[in-house]
Amino acid sequence: MAAMKNCHNDYKMKFSVDEEFPDLSLHNNHMAKVLNKDIYSKLRGKSTPSGFTVDDVIQTGVDNPGHPFIMTVGCVAGDEESYEVFKELLDPIISDRHGGYKPTDKHKTDLNFENLKGGDDLDPNYVLSSRVRTGRSIKGFTLPPHNSRGERRGIEKLSIEALSSLDGEFKGKYYPLNGMTDAEQEQLITDHFLFDKPVSPLLTCAGMARDWPDARGIWHNDNKTFLVWVNEEDHLRVISMQKGGNMKEVFKRFCVGLQKIEEIFKKHNHGFMWNEHLGYILTCPSNLGTGLRGGVHVKLPKLSTQPKFEEILTRLRLQKRGTGGVDTASVGGVFDISNADRLGSSEVEQVQLVVDGVKLMVEMEKKLEKGESIDGMIPAQK
Amino acid sequence: MASSFTRILSSKRNVGILSIVGLFTTGYTVSQSFCMVSRAQHAEYPDLRKHNNCMASNLTPAIYAKLCDKATPNGYTLDQAIQTGVDNPGHPFIKTVGLVAGDEESYEVFADLLDPVIKERHNGYDPQVMKHPTDLNATKIQSGVFDERYVLSSRVRTGRSIRGLSLPPACTRAERREVERVVVDALSGLKGDLTGKYYSLTLMTEQEQQQLIDDHFLFDKPVSPLLTCAGMARDWPDARGIWHNNEKTFLIWINEEDHTRVISMEKGGNMKRVFERFCRGLKEVERLIQERGWEFMWNERLGYILTCPSNLGTGLRAGVHVKLPRLSKDPRFSKILDSLRLQKRGTGGVDTAAVGGVFDISNLDRLGQSEVQLVQTVIDGVNYLIECEKRLEKGQDIKVPAPLKQFK
Repeated sequence: MAAMKNCHNDYKMKFSVDEEFPDLSLHNNHMAKVLNKDIYSKLRGKSTPSGFTVDDVIQTGVDNPGHPFIMTVGCVAGDEESYEVFKELLDPIISDRHGGYKPTDKHKTDLNFENLKGGDDLDPNYVLSSRVRTGRSIKGFTLPPHNSRGERRGIEKLSIEALSSLDGEFKGKYYPLNGMTDAEQEQLITDHFLFDKPVSPLLTCAGMARDWPDARGIWHNDNKTFLVWVNEEDHLRVISMQKGGNMKEVFKRFCVGLQKIEEIFKKHNHGFMWNEHLGYILTCPSNLGTGLRGGVHVKLPKLSTQPKFEEILTRLRLQKRGTGGVDTASVGGVFDISNADRLGSSEVEQVQLVVDGVKLMVEMEKKLEKGESIDGMIPAQK
Repeated sequence: MASSFTRILSSKRNVGILSIVGLFTTGYTVSQSFCMVSRAQHAEYPDLRKHNNCMASNLTPAIYAKLCDKATPNGYTLDQAIQTGVDNPGHPFIKTVGLVAGDEESYEVFADLLDPVIKERHNGYDPQVMKHPTDLNATKIQSGVFDERYVLSSRVRTGRSIRGLSLPPACTRAERREVERVVVDALSGLKGDLTGKYYSLTLMTEQEQQQLIDDHFLFDKPVSPLLTCAGMARDWPDARGIWHNNEKTFLIWINEEDHTRVISMEKGGNMKRVFERFCRGLKEVERLIQERGWEFMWNERLGYILTCPSNLGTGLRAGVHVKLPRLSKDPRFSKILDSLRLQKRGTGGVDTAAVGGVFDISNLDRLGQSEVQLVQTVIDGVNYLIECEKRLEKGQDIKVPAPLKQFK
């Protein structure tokens, strides 16, 4: 099939680079740091086979100048090919965001849960809950910033088919956003499973909320320990979770569930988007690689007030968030602690860092409770 | 004419078709997949079951099938035009339009959908057979100076689009900057009481910003999803700005919801003078852009072409802030307004409530009557409302007038 040209983009080419180049003088995001007229000039005439252009990639970053303290990515992919066609822009952004990851680097995928050491003995008096999430994109469809209603519905249809064939601990049910009963909605809210139409301009300016709530939904198993979001910020977001500190079990369920789902998609010639350089392909470049955020809600009221807390987290390659998720504050000394890395290390490696790091921090918390010093326990940079 | 703008199916849709085909079987050839076109179009058809807007009332699968693979010469598509209506189901009481034009040609290429929407929104104006009259001769206005014990301020606004450049939902940064350049250049040629200054949103100083806020001139980045879902806030605040004359009675917004919004206003009840300045300013600006080889988008079928179909024709809203504390509490108030072909809003503009019995009263219609006719309607209507208020003050009774004929 010959690639169709994007005729609006052709129309734009009659204007010069200077006339079209965005004003990024007040901007602070990865895209604004990297994009210059030279790169823009090279890329503006291109489009992916589905018609995604560099202006589409950067729109969210142009519309959202960013924050002096928080560095957002400022760009998205519209399809798998975006990462190839717009390499000149995306490779430096990926490098910046993912700790110097080079265009020639290879990413290792390891979803073999048996390779995780420990993780079944995090103290439940401190570790209140454990969770692992990732995203998956389905080959042959374009991504949420770009996909049409027909594609989104195709994704939903395939996902329902794949998920409804799961059994055992994975047996569950799909709740389409546009068809659930009031009772079902209440229950999903109570379980903290329901996702809303995105309000963040980072997402809406990238076109991810179009046609809401068409073809969006939530699937979860009867045990409520394995959850899949369909057509939110990515084709699929897959979440394994449970109360308490048994990260080993959470990760096992995560790996097994993911692999079962992947088998079914592959049978329909729609496997997951993946390559050996970028790992799993997702909408936001920040989620490339494993797309994995493995974390716990953990009580660290004393440790978190220590001046060295941030330093400890950095050395352990972990990040903290409030218990409401990204951009929330902690409540009652309870933090969401998760891996900081996504690309350049495997799933097992990233979850291992969480398991080992949280174990250490709980021991530090206990020491501080007894009035003892933690100076001897400060870890080296991992 | 539409056929010359036809484009074949975009590759994005081909991907969709083949993916859906792939769900059911393997081995379909590309030519066989085109037999699946109707199924693919069905797969693309928006779910409008919970929707209440003019687009949803008029779009059908047949119209969608006919228009979905077309594009204007700039590449604007039906899906883009209707996106705002798909994303904003509307309100059971308030019927929004639910679609926008990306360029002048949208009104031709997508006429099969736009014409019925226009007819519904403009109370029966049929763009397929009727002609829209334009008349900016302010000398024709009769009376038009209101009793200032009741009318606090008078205002007339419209919009104008620059022919040859795409509209806010679709324009590129370069086009938007070109609109700014063309208009600011023309405005710098205004003289006398129209002499003024341009304040670019990106470059204005803190002080200028504060003054514009105090004058109630400053417009903000749109937050209404009706506008943001149509792509009108892209690249904000690039190439957006405000121009006003030194006397602060003639104001132009650049690149907000339309290429330009033109406003003439003053405190008090001299609507005649407000409209006279409005017409004079508009004609002067038009002359100045024509000198430079540009013109406004206009045709005799739809009048002035603007982004939202609700603003076609004159694009004109002429209104007053008027004190009607007694009349507004009378149960016949709404019916009186309807008969006079007027609408009420709160004094914060559209979607606000009245404060202290003061209402924003303006014309209901935009298309099918001229500017002079609509302003006269407002003048006659507001005079009637003031009469009613005075009668109620004296304890006398009031009458609901016979409904005005809509198309003159």
